[in-house]
Amino acid sequence: MTMASETGLPICTPDMSVGTLSAMKAVFVRDLKIALRQPQDLLNPLLFFVMVVTLFPLGVSPEVSFLREAGSGILWVAALLSVLLSLDHLFRHDFDDGTLEQLVLQPQPLFLLVLAKSLAHWVLTGLPLVLLAPVLGVMVHLEGNSIAVLCLTLLIGTPVLSLIGSIGAALTLGLRSAGVLLSLLIIPLYIPVLIFGTGTVMAASEGAPVGGQLALMGAFLVLALTLAPFASAAALRISLSNS
Amino acid sequence: MSEPLLQAVNLQCERADRTLFRDLSLSILPGTLTRVEGPNGSGKTTLLRILAGLNDSYSGDLLWRGKSRHAYREEFLRNMLYLGHRPGIKPLLTPMENLRALMAGRRPLPDKVLWQALEGTGLGGFQNVPSRNLSAGQQRRVALARLLIADEPLWILDEVFTAIDRHGVAALERLLQERVESGGAIVVTTHHDLYLPSMHRITLGGGDDHGL
Repeated sequence: MTMASETGLPICTPDMSVGTLSAMKAVFVRDLKIALRQPQDLLNPLLFFVMVVTLFPLGVSPEVSFLREAGSGILWVAALLSVLLSLDHLFRHDFDDGTLEQLVLQPQPLFLLVLAKSLAHWVLTGLPLVLLAPVLGVMVHLEGNSIAVLCLTLLIGTPVLSLIGSIGAALTLGLRSAGVLLSLLIIPLYIPVLIFGTGTVMAASEGAPVGGQLALMGAFLVLALTLAPFASAAALRISLSNS
Repeated sequence: MSEPLLQAVNLQCERADRTLFRDLSLSILPGTLTRVEGPNGSGKTTLLRILAGLNDSYSGDLLWRGKSRHAYREEFLRNMLYLGHRPGIKPLLTPMENLRALMAGRRPLPDKVLWQALEGTGLGGFQNVPSRNLSAGQQRRVALARLLIADEPLWILDEVFTAIDRHGVAALERLLQERVESGGAIVVTTHHDLYLPSMHRITLGGGDDHGL
């Protein structure tokens, strides 16, 4: 009845398609919009952070000397665990409703789109932790200078946590009980960040210079920014291939 | 004869120690509809996911317009539209926001065009209702709205008639027919009786019955 067209429809070259930056922005904005419509998911890690830090004085010792000594460690561990708590959501919902398939099929480099998602994750979980930290720092009797350094280390360190975490979240995506495996995979990679984070605050409280340690944390961040999105993108492809 | 858009050469895929297909070669030409057939579990969805570039666990070659698809991945992705079992619709976003987000990485269109596309799939009046309040069929229609504004020459549609009512099915059949006539290439799986002139079939499953 009908003849197949001889020429077919025009082929679009990727040059004609959308710029990578605007595609990244669209992914970022969409993730923020969804999170703000479901605020309980946002509050969960924050509440966890606040509760862990407030329970330490009650459970161990409310003495100023102890809290001043252990405070930075408590805040860092609590921040690390609350980021870990939120990681499973990073790709899970997108995986379940098919949005992730469409993301992988977008005509832009996948690692850049994954980077946009990781940054959105940091803005939604890491950044609020950094903003809350000064209040909790006062609560555990940290001195002004230590609080400032603590916030600085969290500001540099929490994006690293989100970026490294995205690798684990992508790898465990196809699994039904991903939680335990995700923690086992990711916590060893978080340990250097934790050691340098708390170490820097300790040094600051003793009056030692912290520039070198902060520079090393900055190096962690640069390393995570450049390498983690590649690893997450590869892991996402593997998880989708097996689904 | 025009140049095939997508070619598969000696595809083989194993899943859970079972060979789904082997030595499967096929060409997707412009202006044709290819229907992948076979019983449940015969690997229809797996084949479509391999063709779309979502599943990399296969052996064999895939060529996009005669060149390695791997090397021309971005050009391939820009010219291919895939709709899977899961519609890719965010329950917390409205159909308008969903469609805008889906198009943002490919071809941003003015809101008026998106609005009309949603109207065209029978979602008039639902454009700004959160998608979780829509039925399963309506959510699929949000995804199908992309077909009305698509410029991609190759469509890969998995179980595209699922959860769509009778009128919707008829409209969708017409759309596929028109698309093929204007030179588009379509690969579908469906359990629905779909007969179009110039339809190719690929039958999977059934022991050693492979290929075209």
